[in-house]
Amino acid sequence: MKRLTEERTKVLFEKLAKYIGTNVQQLIDRPDGTYCFREHKDRVYYVSERILKLSECFSYKQIVCVGTCFGKFSKTNKLKFHITALYYLAPYAQYKVWVKPSFEQQYLYGNHIPKSGLGRITENAGQYQGVVVFSMNDLALGFGVLARSTTECKTADPLTTVCFHQSDIGEYIRAEDSLF
Amino acid sequence: MGRKAEYSEKQKKGPGRKARKQGPPTFPKKSFAPLEEEDKKLTHRQKQRMVKREQKKVVQKAKLKEKRAQQPQQRKQKKYNSDSEPEEEEKATQQAESSDEEVPQLVPIKKQKSNGVAQKKQQQPKKPVSDEEPEDDEDEDESDEELEEDSDDQEELDGEEEETEDLYEDDMEEEVSDDDDEAQVGKLDDLFADDDEDDEEAASEDDASSDDEDEDGSDDDDDENDDKLPIEQANKKLKKRLAKEAKEADEEMQMTVDQSEVFQLPEPGEELDAEMSLQDVQQRIKDITQVLTDFAKYRQEGRSRSEYVDQLRRDLCLYYSYNEFLMEKLMDIFKLSDLLEYLEASEVARPLTIRTNSLKTRRRDLAGALINRGVNLDPLGKWTNVGLVIFNSTVPLGATPEYLAGHYMIQGASSMLPVIALAPQENERVLDMCSAPGGKGSHIAAVMKNTGVLFANDSNRDRIKAVVANFHRLGIVNAIVSCEDATKFRNIMTGFDRVLLDAPCTGTGVVSKDPSVKTTKSEIDVQRCYNLQRKLLLTAIDCVDAKSSTGGYIVYSTCSVLPEENEWVVDYALKKRNVKLVPLGIDFGEPGFTKFRQHRYHPSLNLSKRFYPHTNNMDGFYVAKLKKFSNTIPITKEEQEADEKQLDDAIAADEPESNKATDNEEEKVEVEGTEGEPDAPRKLLGKRAGKPILTDVEQDLKKKKLEQSKTKYVAKVFEKPVKVPKKPKPENPAAQENATNGKKSEKQSKNVEQTEKSAKGPKKTKAENSTPAVQESTTNGKKSEKQSKKPVNEDKSSKPAAQQATPNGKKSEKQSKQSPQQAESKNNGQSPNKKAPPQKPASKLSEKLAKAKRVDVDDVPLLEGKPIKKQNNLKNKSKQIGQLKKSKPNAGKKQKFKK
Repeated sequence: MKRLTEERTKVLFEKLAKYIGTNVQQLIDRPDGTYCFREHKDRVYYVSERILKLSECFSYKQIVCVGTCFGKFSKTNKLKFHITALYYLAPYAQYKVWVKPSFEQQYLYGNHIPKSGLGRITENAGQYQGVVVFSMNDLALGFGVLARSTTECKTADPLTTVCFHQSDIGEYIRAEDSLF
Repeated sequence: MGRKAEYSEKQKKGPGRKARKQGPPTFPKKSFAPLEEEDKKLTHRQKQRMVKREQKKVVQKAKLKEKRAQQPQQRKQKKYNSDSEPEEEEKATQQAESSDEEVPQLVPIKKQKSNGVAQKKQQQPKKPVSDEEPEDDEDEDESDEELEEDSDDQEELDGEEEETEDLYEDDMEEEVSDDDDEAQVGKLDDLFADDDEDDEEAASEDDASSDDEDEDGSDDDDDENDDKLPIEQANKKLKKRLAKEAKEADEEMQMTVDQSEVFQLPEPGEELDAEMSLQDVQQRIKDITQVLTDFAKYRQEGRSRSEYVDQLRRDLCLYYSYNEFLMEKLMDIFKLSDLLEYLEASEVARPLTIRTNSLKTRRRDLAGALINRGVNLDPLGKWTNVGLVIFNSTVPLGATPEYLAGHYMIQGASSMLPVIALAPQENERVLDMCSAPGGKGSHIAAVMKNTGVLFANDSNRDRIKAVVANFHRLGIVNAIVSCEDATKFRNIMTGFDRVLLDAPCTGTGVVSKDPSVKTTKSEIDVQRCYNLQRKLLLTAIDCVDAKSSTGGYIVYSTCSVLPEENEWVVDYALKKRNVKLVPLGIDFGEPGFTKFRQHRYHPSLNLSKRFYPHTNNMDGFYVAKLKKFSNTIPITKEEQEADEKQLDDAIAADEPESNKATDNEEEKVEVEGTEGEPDAPRKLLGKRAGKPILTDVEQDLKKKKLEQSKTKYVAKVFEKPVKVPKKPKPENPAAQENATNGKKSEKQSKNVEQTEKSAKGPKKTKAENSTPAVQESTTNGKKSEKQSKKPVNEDKSSKPAAQQATPNGKKSEKQSKQSPQQAESKNNGQSPNKKAPPQKPASKLSEKLAKAKRVDVDDVPLLEGKPIKKQNNLKNKSKQIGQLKKSKPNAGKKQKFKK
């Protein structure tokens, strides 16, 4: 567990801001103690300082995971969020997309969302805005980026993709080995 | 798919769901009463009917004879009656009238009879009236016959009905037998018999129980009506016959009972098993079970109980495909009736259960969501508020969006028990020592509501991934997941409020999940498990802080039913640490054993709980809850403690690979020692200290002293000699291993080779023999690490390869047993003096060895140089183990003697 470098911190917060905007603040200033981001084997973990201290008893090799894993830095210093970040992204998300029940399963298999699968969408979302994807009964299914802005979505024909798939909870099954 | 846990609860009925729910499982109760199969085959009613059928035939015959005899008389009467006859055949009412005319006495009754429904209603009260009775009898008989003949056809029924009328008339009115015949053939397709008649029939059938009364009633007629005599006679005959038949039946029954009573145990020599079908085996199991329930009564003369038990065990092994070892254990654990139930229940899969993740949803919401997806479910039981049992499902439960969103976890019902027993509180520091795949760990976190800290540890790096995935999926953010060796956890962190130890075990309780357990587990597996479990439990206890304001609890659980892995382990911990057993807070399950065969466990062990598939409908499980009341370690000699733990550790760690091998080696050595070189083992021991100039006697004495001092405390550590069962037959384990693990056997064989070589070593000229052997061992890699270590100490100069291997070998080093010693000792003696060529092919070597001239061990000079202290320590330990193994029986005796 080590602190993120300046550069990586910047990347991380930029990325976070894409999905939850100003709510990043809430991840940092929490009423229930200090939370911090730490890096371990290129993965970013978000964890309470209290727990972090306890984890220092373990050697670098033996520790597997502390708190919640947000994502992984690539060799080129790009951050890719894992589905595990959804736990914090979903409640703070500013822009949301709801998929129809008929498309739920499709989305969980990693497909982009076409207009036909779109149930609802937050107003005023611009193109390439990071969004969290929900099912119609408000179950967070994953996250992605809008391919079209909200206004464009309304006029788009049914087969055009309106939201690019980035990550979905199906990955817990599909990609368990590569995720952790 | 699954079945309910609670049998008492009634199945709910409702639209859409639960329509196809299975009823609660019923397990056949094995009755030990003599089997009354004959009785079972026929119901009471059926038997009655059968008897009547017989009766009827006789009556008819009698009647026919009677009629023929009386024909002349009848002729007259027939003329007299002739008018009425066709009428009867046309309509029931008419018939009634005609009969009225014919037989004045019977008029009223006749009417009732033929009036169908009305008559039926009156039938019961009328019974005492004698005249009607024969009629009824016949009706019943007739209808029975009809049933028997499967004549469903309405017309035929009618015809037969009429026949009964005719018959009746034959007797009563002395009609011509021709009519009778006609009727019997059922040619008369009169339409007179309406529904009423049928009803009557049914009614008469229902009345079957009142037959006897009827017959009695008919006796009264004798005086009044002579015509009835033939019937009466027939009746009497019938009664006789009936009695006879009943008697016969009884005899037959007795016969069958006798047969089972005289169940013949197959002779030990004969091999019938090949020809036996499973049914036969099952029958034999039943028979033997019966014999064993009342042995004095059913036994065969001259056969002992153990013979029966052995046969039963073999049969059970065959029938349920267990191996003998496990079946023997199970037979020790369960009493006979329970055993069969347990075995049966183990064949059936347990219901699929899920645990609601209370961090993300509520059980009711989840149930609703799943029902919408086409899942049939129900709450699991009153003891849990998060469990749901799944009956069937149209979707895969491991891939629903709810599952992926972490709303539930698929988890056996038994897996929730340890956490319920642990009862973690908020803001505690809890450790789950063997957590993969994270089911119980996530349950703990959920109970703690994501407060406090949860340490989830598992030593398996592959399985730890599942823990991380599950924790993230279930939204657990207060967890630290580590991949440490759990037995070393006390070195990393202590002071936990609660520790859950769901120890790795043989899995004998989850046979229904993994049937391979039935055949693959052996004594050695159990040994390995419980050594590790003891070690883990001690570590778990050490990790807990007794002064914790809220906690200080340890929960120990396994999915095994063997007492060796459960009560015995806990009992061991009770002796070694300041802990006591406390109630689990679970109100079902069987109390743990306080005694098992020759073992007597601490009486408080009845506070722990056992769960069985046949009683609780969950996997076989054991849970014990311990409270640590003091952080001090009760054992006075701390160093000994440490030592014994090291030993324990070594056994646990090395058993999978090297223990067996070394064990075998040791035996080999023993064998060799007894054969060719009686002094060899002793020699080795003597050499260890590096004190060369002792006489044999002195050495002997020293050795014995050492042995005594060590074995004494060793015997305390291991209540059961670790390797005892293997001693008598040294070849066996090797064979086993060969079968189970190719690699192991390889290593083993290599080891053996080495020992052989090293044993022969001294016979050779000192030059080349032993060093190459050692080198081989070192090059062979890990398996010979223990050996490699020693060479390092002795011939550092000669073998760099050996030195390289040593760092890895440290752990298993302690374990090293005699053969390495032997080899080493030879090194001690020879290798430093003469530096052999570093590499020699093994085959050549062995050839040389074979050719070599024999030299007695005693003649070989010992190493005089002073041994390094470290090495001495190590050797000490290894020697301890070696001695422990060799002298265990002796040690036991000595101890007893001393006491």
